[in-house]
Amino acid sequence: MDLLYLSLQYVRHHRLKLVVLIFTITLVSWLPIAIQSIVDQTAEQLLDRADSTPLVIGAPGSPLELSLGSLYFRSKTSSTIPYSEVATLEQTGFSRAIPLYYRFRVQDYPVVGTSLDYFDYRDLHLAQGRPVAILGEAVLGSGVAKASGLGIGDHVITSPESVFDLAGVYPLRMPVVGVLSPSFSPDDDAIFVDVKTSWVIQGLGHGHQELNRREAIGQILKREGDNIVANASVRQFNEITVDNLDSFHFHGKNANNPISAIIPVPWDDKSSALLLGHYLEERSDVQIVRSRRVVTELLDTVFTVRDYIVVGIALVAAATAVVAVLVFYLSLRLRQGERYTLSRIGASGVQIQTLMATEIIAVLLVSALLCTALVLITRHYGIILMQQLLLS
Amino acid sequence: MALELEGVGFSYHGQGFALSLRRLAIQPGESVALVGPSGCGKTTLLNLIAGILSPGQGRICLAGLDLTAMGTRQRRRHRLSAMGMIFQSFELLDYLDVRDNVLLQARLAPGIKITAQLEQHARGVADELGLADKWNRPITALSQGERQRVAACRALLLDPRLVLADEPTGNLDPENKQAVLDQLIALCSRDKRILLTVTHDHTLLPSFDRVLDMTELLDDRQEVP
Repeated sequence: MDLLYLSLQYVRHHRLKLVVLIFTITLVSWLPIAIQSIVDQTAEQLLDRADSTPLVIGAPGSPLELSLGSLYFRSKTSSTIPYSEVATLEQTGFSRAIPLYYRFRVQDYPVVGTSLDYFDYRDLHLAQGRPVAILGEAVLGSGVAKASGLGIGDHVITSPESVFDLAGVYPLRMPVVGVLSPSFSPDDDAIFVDVKTSWVIQGLGHGHQELNRREAIGQILKREGDNIVANASVRQFNEITVDNLDSFHFHGKNANNPISAIIPVPWDDKSSALLLGHYLEERSDVQIVRSRRVVTELLDTVFTVRDYIVVGIALVAAATAVVAVLVFYLSLRLRQGERYTLSRIGASGVQIQTLMATEIIAVLLVSALLCTALVLITRHYGIILMQQLLLS
Repeated sequence: MALELEGVGFSYHGQGFALSLRRLAIQPGESVALVGPSGCGKTTLLNLIAGILSPGQGRICLAGLDLTAMGTRQRRRHRLSAMGMIFQSFELLDYLDVRDNVLLQARLAPGIKITAQLEQHARGVADELGLADKWNRPITALSQGERQRVAACRALLLDPRLVLADEPTGNLDPENKQAVLDQLIALCSRDKRILLTVTHDHTLLPSFDRVLDMTELLDDRQEVP
């Protein structure tokens, strides 16, 4: 205990020097480990998602945009394909088709219009409530529910795409009917609705006051066959309820309405290969992408950058190690007089060596502890930052 | 309980120096100055008595204990518990305050715990040496004279039978050197401790009970080719 006390006094007296040493050693130890760890974890998660969604069909253009959009619901483009492609895909006989429409958002969360098949395909389970049953209902991913504090019975309101576009997307108020269990995937941070609800959000379907009522006569401007042209006093509904559900209708055919992508679910490997061949050879108006290939190409770039960074940091770490050794060596040299004094007084070799080693042990131990703590924090938060960086 | 040396011989291997001493005896409470020209072996003799060096022949006894019969480890432990050492350059640790420097030897000594009683005793010794208001001050904030008093306090803390001082006033101004030495001699004399001091300063010699010329002590000092 006495030796420990003396050692602590030494450390306390030279705290500034030791803090600088600890800081630099921690930093150069942590950085390469953190970068390696974040990139590896990110790659693993991205590839897992890509592997679970081997094929994606969407509008021609950037395969990366299509993959990032349909796998992670992050896309800046609004390329669409008609909903009729779902039927076209199923007619090939090679696979089932799951539509995705992820154009809209509630605050920062994507609103994913899809079919119930999506939940089976992703193996998503409800923690509370029930699946979407009628138009206008929403199911929250676990991350959305946790972050927003919303649950069954609450409502979410879609965000307008532009406050200056008066003719554009109006907010739709949607009741939350279910909350998903955590899946540790991008689905946790999404809000799911029926694909038709997405079209309502877009304004392709709408509901308003009944115009066949006797009282509505003053609101009608003209009648052309089945079409009734009304004035602006007719109230449009911004929430779909049991009471006004019947008034909601779509103008035009659903087959022509837009979707962002389709996830094909081939029956087997052979069907998958045939489907791929069919779309690659016979369809130029849509593209089919292999998710793993696209994500791997993205990650190759990341890996290259990571390698350069890690090599750079390794060089800095080596230089720091040399400096640290030099500092320790000079410190021991400076303490030669102290060793001599202690020896003359009667201290044993072990006592003297213990006192001398304290500085090195303290620096290395504290650096190792700090580095470990930082690595743990990095593993927790770093991957979120990295994914946001990569996918935004 | 005296210090007795008899027929002590020592030589540094390969360094061309040899020391041979006939007989030396110092009684408890006696303060002795050891003088002689540089290189005659004064510090070597102190190191032999302290057990830092081991003589090639002869006997060194302190209070009846034959130090030459002890192993290195035993001598080291004996030095910690039964001797106090004072050096010319004080040899205090600058990262410790006055209190911890005074208690340093006690912390290193086997079987000694830093108790409130010991600390009280240490404060008492410090007070006697004029360090009452310096107890928690850093060493670097003290004057040279005060530092040497701290070193003396450290040497006296464990009530040693023997205090060995190697040029203890060498770095002090004239006023301080006499004052520090007088305090040291007074305390050792009062507590029946032997004080053996190597010094080159002849102005201090009248303060000692006895002055020994190293050249007269040596039986046969020879240059080894």
